[in-house]
Amino acid sequence: MIQNLLFDLFSFILLGSAAMVVTSRNPVHAVLFLILAFINAAALFLLAGAEFLAMVLVIVYVGAVAVLFLFVVMMLDVNFAVLREGFQRYAPIGALVALILFVELALFVTGSTVAPGAAAARLFPTPDDITNSQALGSLIYTNYLPLFQLSGVILLVAMIGAIVLTHRDRKRAKRQNLDVQHARLPAETLTMVSAKLGAGAAMPQPKKETL
Amino acid sequence: MSVFLQTNLGIAILTLLESLAIIVPLLLGVAYLTWFERKVMGAIQLRKGPNVVGPFGLWQPFADAIKMMFKETIFPTGADKVLFTIAPMITFGLAVVAWAVIPVNDHWAVANINVGILYLFAISSLGVYGIIIAGWASNSKYAFLGALRSAAQMVSYEVSMGFVIVTVLICVGSLNLNDIVLAQRHIWFAIPLLPLFVIFFISGLAETNRAPFDLAEGETEIVAGFFVEYSAMTFALFFLGEYANMILISAMTTTLFLGGWLSPIPFAPFTLIPGVFWFLLKILVCLFVFVWVRATLPRFRYDQIMSLGWKVFLPISLVWLVLTAGFLEIFGMLPHA
Repeated sequence: MIQNLLFDLFSFILLGSAAMVVTSRNPVHAVLFLILAFINAAALFLLAGAEFLAMVLVIVYVGAVAVLFLFVVMMLDVNFAVLREGFQRYAPIGALVALILFVELALFVTGSTVAPGAAAARLFPTPDDITNSQALGSLIYTNYLPLFQLSGVILLVAMIGAIVLTHRDRKRAKRQNLDVQHARLPAETLTMVSAKLGAGAAMPQPKKETL
Repeated sequence: MSVFLQTNLGIAILTLLESLAIIVPLLLGVAYLTWFERKVMGAIQLRKGPNVVGPFGLWQPFADAIKMMFKETIFPTGADKVLFTIAPMITFGLAVVAWAVIPVNDHWAVANINVGILYLFAISSLGVYGIIIAGWASNSKYAFLGALRSAAQMVSYEVSMGFVIVTVLICVGSLNLNDIVLAQRHIWFAIPLLPLFVIFFISGLAETNRAPFDLAEGETEIVAGFFVEYSAMTFALFFLGEYANMILISAMTTTLFLGGWLSPIPFAPFTLIPGVFWFLLKILVCLFVFVWVRATLPRFRYDQIMSLGWKVFLPISLVWLVLTAGFLEIFGMLPHA
């Protein structure tokens, strides 16, 4: 009973915030509603007994990806009047995509079973005696190890790609070299001069700029 | 009675009472942590600290709280009022919510869940939102600068914190916090994993935006960072949130590395003392280090914070993770759950 109530609550908030993501005028509000949607999706995962997925969803999407979204959106000065200019032109395509999605969802929701045997034919049904993080781990690191490693490599390539595309060494900034700084001795940088009263002392010239 | 506790209503009431049993001492702890910090810093800097309100200044936290409550909340011009009010609540709420899974004694946790440590990590990764939202909603460039700094900083230090946690998990073989503590019956993880313990604690300082990583506030450059514009209760919530987070990080350090509620001296007279006492004592030691660090170290420069996180902590924790896994594999010590 409580599970049903909670399911209704979370899915209601999830759908509501998803709608707000699309309709918010302020892009920062849109991202914040997206985050709320993520969190409620994680709560639904929890209700479905997938606690590992729920936590990973929060850690990865909410804790890292959405922070960067928010970062970017806050820095941008988005002008919505300009963004809405193409609305008339793209409306038919958008409507088509929406229609296809709607039909798919409707098929799903109305309970027309597309593949009745799918659940039974699952390769690895969730075992009852161990937690689902253990179940997931023991599959990923045995049967699916090559695929798992491959996805890691793909992510690495994407990361390197992003760095190569954006990193430019402009040679303008003065870089700090800690090793050089640590290797300096007092004798190289400091000269003690005893100045005569009233006469002062000539400023000794530094030998070499070491930084 | 025990039949009633099995019903839905019974479970709800029991959970509520358990939560209160965590939250009330936590709030008191937060209040007295501010007093403790001022006293310790006073002692380090050869001052007296608060000593006027009550004996040894013990009523000072309440005097501060009452003062805060009676002040006016000021909304800056052009501020996003809703987000401006929500931000401190998020910060404080998250600091409290995380306590649901922390075991203060054997199986004494509000929720003893399978993915306890992931839950803690998830909640602490959400902490950044309170700060970003506050910085953005204030409509002030200093607040925004502070928010951006802290966002970058917290995301960076979370990475190495994650690897430290994974290393501990490899040694335990479970994500359950209770199991993590019980795995330390023979030796605290702080000893075999000493470098990671240090990294975790320093990352904890960075995660809570405490000195010497308090660039998000940086009062010498950006006034007070993300909470410049906050006053009265909204400010108080940020303040309490920061201290609650300190206690939380100390509790995490205790659970992961210092053997949680286990007695440090594993024989008769000491093992009879309830675990809660040891747990609190260990937290107090961690908190003392937090304050000690704040009183003695100057603030980092921003690029140094970043290079420490990415170029020092991340490689060390990664290499140590591989080393630990290799060591356990070679000597056949991998825990099989």
